[in-house]
Amino acid sequence: MLPVMASRSPQAPAIRVQLFARYAELFGSAHVDLPPQGISTVADVLERLRALPGGDAIGSAALVAVNLQQVRPTAAVTVQDEIAILPPLAGG
Amino acid sequence: MPLDLNELIAAVSGPGRGGVVSFLGTVRDHHGGREVTALDYSAYEPMAEAVCAELVAESERRWPVKVALRHRLGDLAIGDVAVAIAVAGDHRDEAFAACRYVIEELKRRVPIWKRETYADGSVEWVGAEGGGRREEGGVALT
Repeated sequence: MLPVMASRSPQAPAIRVQLFARYAELFGSAHVDLPPQGISTVADVLERLRALPGGDAIGSAALVAVNLQQVRPTAAVTVQDEIAILPPLAGG
Repeated sequence: MPLDLNELIAAVSGPGRGGVVSFLGTVRDHHGGREVTALDYSAYEPMAEAVCAELVAESERRWPVKVALRHRLGDLAIGDVAVAIAVAGDHRDEAFAACRYVIEELKRRVPIWKRETYADGSVEWVGAEGGGRREEGGVALT
């Protein structure tokens, strides 16, 4: 378990980031909880994730979805949002 | 559950629709010069469902057609149908155009990922940055 996950508590809601495919494998988890302080956009989320162990594998091709919609790095995020980091897609 | 193309065709066909086009994407036994022995798909399922529904709605708005779309997840064998699309229109032009649109946009927008196992035992996420290769039983953080 990542230390950042252990810090989550009901008193301090975290920004939960869902991970898929290769990213879930690299982080060893299907999600990571980030302390919300200093996070207001998707770009902030990516910067925080890239600083974690395994996070440097999140490249420039990563896509981000907020509430099931692909968004730009400038999109705003809050603890209420469903945030997902998507590796390059490979359906079909 | 295998995909049944006949079921999709039946769902879009109608007495006024004289052109029916279908597309099947099947599991290939090779990729980048290497022999593929197994493959599995995973998805961000709620978003994949939502985007697939958007693609159907968009194509039905853009052309006078009816569209059915299914994608399998999980372990697939070589030759299995991974994705099936059926499109019916009054005429063939719009049916071909809409079918092409749906498969191209699916590949671009639907959050589905494919992991291939090769004959040498290595496993790789298709399309991953940095190759995405990892050896069986371990993770390569490259």
